[in-house]
Amino acid sequence: MKKIFITLLTIAISFSFFKLEAQKHTELLGAGATFPYPLYSRMFEDYYKQTNIKVNYQGIGSGGGIRQLISKTVDFGGTDAIVTPDKIAEAGTKIVHVPICLGAVVITYNLPNSPKLKLNSDIISDIYLGKIVKWNDEAIQKLNPSVKLPALNIAVVRRSDGSGTTSIFTNYLSKISSEWKDKVGEGTSINWPVGLGAKGNPGVAGMVQQVPGAIGYVELIYAMSNNMPYADIKNKSGNFVEPSLTSVSLSADIDLPDDTLVSLTDTDAKFGYPISGFTWIILYQEQNYSNRTNVQAYETAQLLNWMINEGQKHAEPLHYAPLSKEAQKKAQNIIKNLTFKGKKLL
Amino acid sequence: MFNDKLFKYSLFFFSILMLLILAIIFFTLLDGSMLAIKNNGFSFLYSSIWNPVMDEYGALPFLSGTLITSFLSLIICIPFALVVAILLGEYYKKGIFSTALNTAIELLAGIPSIIYGFWGLFFFVPIMRQIQMRVNVPPFGVGIITASIILTIMIIPYAASIAREIINMVPSDLKEAAYSLGATRLEIVKNIILPHSFSGIFAGILLALGRALGETMAVTMVIGNANIIPKSFFSPGNTMASLIANEFAEAAQNIHLSSLVQIGLLLFLVTAIINIIGQKVLQKFKY
Repeated sequence: MKKIFITLLTIAISFSFFKLEAQKHTELLGAGATFPYPLYSRMFEDYYKQTNIKVNYQGIGSGGGIRQLISKTVDFGGTDAIVTPDKIAEAGTKIVHVPICLGAVVITYNLPNSPKLKLNSDIISDIYLGKIVKWNDEAIQKLNPSVKLPALNIAVVRRSDGSGTTSIFTNYLSKISSEWKDKVGEGTSINWPVGLGAKGNPGVAGMVQQVPGAIGYVELIYAMSNNMPYADIKNKSGNFVEPSLTSVSLSADIDLPDDTLVSLTDTDAKFGYPISGFTWIILYQEQNYSNRTNVQAYETAQLLNWMINEGQKHAEPLHYAPLSKEAQKKAQNIIKNLTFKGKKLL
Repeated sequence: MFNDKLFKYSLFFFSILMLLILAIIFFTLLDGSMLAIKNNGFSFLYSSIWNPVMDEYGALPFLSGTLITSFLSLIICIPFALVVAILLGEYYKKGIFSTALNTAIELLAGIPSIIYGFWGLFFFVPIMRQIQMRVNVPPFGVGIITASIILTIMIIPYAASIAREIINMVPSDLKEAAYSLGATRLEIVKNIILPHSFSGIFAGILLALGRALGETMAVTMVIGNANIIPKSFFSPGNTMASLIANEFAEAAQNIHLSSLVQIGLLLFLVTAIINIIGQKVLQKFKY
């Protein structure tokens, strides 16, 4: 009995030492989107090596990231979707979005011999509305004269879990099809007219690979690292664009507003891939909240500054599209305007 | 004397703690779903539309999905569980065969549900797809029947191992008396063992049903996750637990989140009701 007690006491004491130890260094805490998680962990690892500042990021989903920021329990949140006005009202003070990188959603499919397909916005929305049901539909065949399309039923696959990927994809569909906008709408979870739900990118990819004639949407980085076939998509300017890091970066090659709060789907950019979007880090413009210190606020701003500049080098090796020059400049300005008790941090 | 009292009170303390935890869980769910209860009204129970975009939340597709998969798996499970239990409890109480079978059952019970999900997705779903092509329904592979069969495999160990224990406990003087009257083994199983152990076996099945009702990961992976009321056994569907697991992380709207908590509350109540009914049935048939 005594032995157990002593052991427990030792453990308790050593833990309290750990805590003291931890408090000496600044440690930053973030939570949110899972899509940029691999990139963030690589960035934060590198940042820790350079500055000895530890950043803890939990991939709990965009919705969770927004909630955590509003309840003021984190230094920053991560999100793939713009924070809605009613959420900002709930927070009470100004939330700013800093774009970190770009992601894209690709259309993947399971057809004999995996031909390279060309698709346009009408076909994609009609397939997901359940109006085009066969692969040899006239509309698809017309765009792909060199491919012999089979008379196979199209099995529509989509995400079952709430996800930023769904949000970007349905945002695109809402922009290009008024019928989709009226009937279905956009969001992280929606009421799908047709199809099977699968969990996560791996789930959708697995289902598409298993069901002959299936079509699904996954993140570009997932499709690239798994060598899946994906379609070229006709953008607003009429060009068929192959999804790639370059064409995704190019989608932000437009006049960005100062707060970067723009959805890049169906972009005006001439060679931009049309189903792309920013992923943002969100934080309060006024960094003085929940007993945070000036040092903590300063380190948060420093970290973001590093992420949009030097940290960008980690994007491409991990198949993320880096920020365009234009986006980088806007992000820089947002960071420069972060304040602590009204005074600028950087 | 003092020790005796201390022991008794600590027993009370820990038992009441269990009650308290149950109450806290219930009230946490109730509190979290208040917003949804006010907003969704009664249509939550009978509406079949789940549309987070338009803030319409109906639980019927998930309620039906949960009940259908659970009871279907229960029905498939009962004969298997009984056969295994009778074999191990009466015919092969000892020996290599019995040890091997017992270990296998315990191992099956210990496999994490995500593994069942993966196995289902990569092994069982393609088989289902072949069958569906034969009978000419859309060859998705996933759906209500696939989920039910995976669930069956998951709950057989629970029902079987409890039934085995109960059958083991049938007093041997009863059986010996029957033998002395010239009963055959089959007659003993039919007339002595099964009636005597009915309530225990039923309790085991109830426990298995509880697991089936709440199972999340394995079901999510093989049910197809379509938020509709299933029209046939091959149709895709969704369950309450699987919906929560799917949408919870990205539910940004308060009302969406609250509605998911309300689904949790509904699952809690459904489980409670089924258990209470089970207890009542149990009392009626107590041997």
